[in-house]
Amino acid sequence: MNRIYLDYNATSPVRPEVLEVMLPFYKEQFGNPSSVHWAGRQVSGALEKAREQVAALINASPAEIVFVSCGSEGDNMAIKGTLTALKGKGNHVITTAVEHPAVLETCEALAKEGYDVTFLPVDKDGQLDLADLEKAITDKTVLISVMWANNETGNIYPIEEIGKIAKKYNIRFHTDAVQAVGKIPVDVQKANVDLLVISGHKIGAPKGVGAIYIRRGTRMATFLHGGHQERNRRAGTQNVAGIVGLGKACEIAGAELDDYYKRVRLLRDRLEDGILSQVPDIKLNGTPDRDQRLPNTLNVSFAYIEGESLLLNLDMFGIAASSGSACTSGSLEPSHVMGAMCVEVTLAHSSTRFSLGPETTAEDIDKVLEVLPATVQRLRDMSPLYNCGRTAEGCETCETVRRI
Amino acid sequence: MYTDKVMDHFTNPRNVGEIEDANGVGEVGNASCGDIMKIFLKVEDNIIKDVKFKTFGCGAAIATSSMVTEMAIGKTIDEALALSNQAVAEALDGLPAQKMHCSNLAADALHEAIKNYREHNS
Repeated sequence: MNRIYLDYNATSPVRPEVLEVMLPFYKEQFGNPSSVHWAGRQVSGALEKAREQVAALINASPAEIVFVSCGSEGDNMAIKGTLTALKGKGNHVITTAVEHPAVLETCEALAKEGYDVTFLPVDKDGQLDLADLEKAITDKTVLISVMWANNETGNIYPIEEIGKIAKKYNIRFHTDAVQAVGKIPVDVQKANVDLLVISGHKIGAPKGVGAIYIRRGTRMATFLHGGHQERNRRAGTQNVAGIVGLGKACEIAGAELDDYYKRVRLLRDRLEDGILSQVPDIKLNGTPDRDQRLPNTLNVSFAYIEGESLLLNLDMFGIAASSGSACTSGSLEPSHVMGAMCVEVTLAHSSTRFSLGPETTAEDIDKVLEVLPATVQRLRDMSPLYNCGRTAEGCETCETVRRI
Repeated sequence: MYTDKVMDHFTNPRNVGEIEDANGVGEVGNASCGDIMKIFLKVEDNIIKDVKFKTFGCGAAIATSSMVTEMAIGKTIDEALALSNQAVAEALDGLPAQKMHCSNLAADALHEAIKNYREHNS
């Protein structure tokens, strides 16, 4: 069976060119980059090259890049490191209701510790109102944390505008850019970002490596104590092969960004148009303005059916996608992103995300469009909600909204 | 994560649909937790002659619904009332731990349908 992978926002395969440059660091170039001898020197140069490659992709200086183990570590470091360092200045963080759990749960944990956290709401399309952001700012606000793009809907947030607001009020600005980097242009200078987080495995590097951009002069508390690695920002012997892979992946992403955007966008639009025209009773989750969404992401709810059962059915055809249903999130509630967007609860359970990547082909998309309508109909015929007078309208009461 | 039996019942569910002249109908679950099961019964002489189901839910919800219909057909009402969610899960060679709580409601739906039958036929 031909396998079709449409879950790139979850993870991506390591690109062959990336793996190739990594392999020597598992064999002959095994040194510890902190060592002064030949074995260490061989490796420290590679580390610095990777730092330059990552910095170049986001228009930063190499000295502003710190390697970490994953996006979640970077987000934890950005938020906790800021709040601890700026303890004397204030105790208020502003974030959004649709952040990745790496930010959301970190902020909730801090709220339990006594910090004030504001979770900005989004509208039914998942968009922020920046007037809400300005209204939320107090003289105790020390951090604004807003994701560059949402992992579930693909919505791109107005990071440059938020950067201006942060600058105006002299508040530090962190963005989880895990989904944006490599898919759309990301420029830390233009956006006036102070802290930005990248994950390797979303862009063709391996799992277990990420990076955080820390603007020069940004005071941070360290929470992984130990050796002097990463300019004392993050102790621990570096994951050299992973870092070299991340550097290469960033170099490729930068070189291919324009082509990637055009190609993937075309395929995503083909999928979106095909689903919207062939399957009745569906709801697009996220902004209908495709320019305001990542080029690779499509999130739709198929009324009357549940997401996990749809995923399992698609899986039988070799198609891998993901869902915001409770069953796939491992909790009893559907996706908090759907909840924050006030998506009616059964529609939230049926939200299905297709996320494309550089390896996706037109044949893949056509296969999905061939299989999907009948699969949805089969599950609908099994559903007690289908054809019983209930409609697929959105909710008015918003009972599923959390954290705002 | 699912057993072969669960996948078999999920991909080829038995007794899907409605019974037009059902004399017992039961529904359990709710939309917010993502599972709704509806069972239709045709009871004659205290014996379950036919059972059909409609389910909105995950793989486990559909498989347990299918399994409970197979287990209930031909049973007396009292025998059917003795069927537990646990027994349905065991007949499927088990369910993932996190599904035992939320998606293993098929016997409850059957019991609701029997209750409905008794209310109208006593």
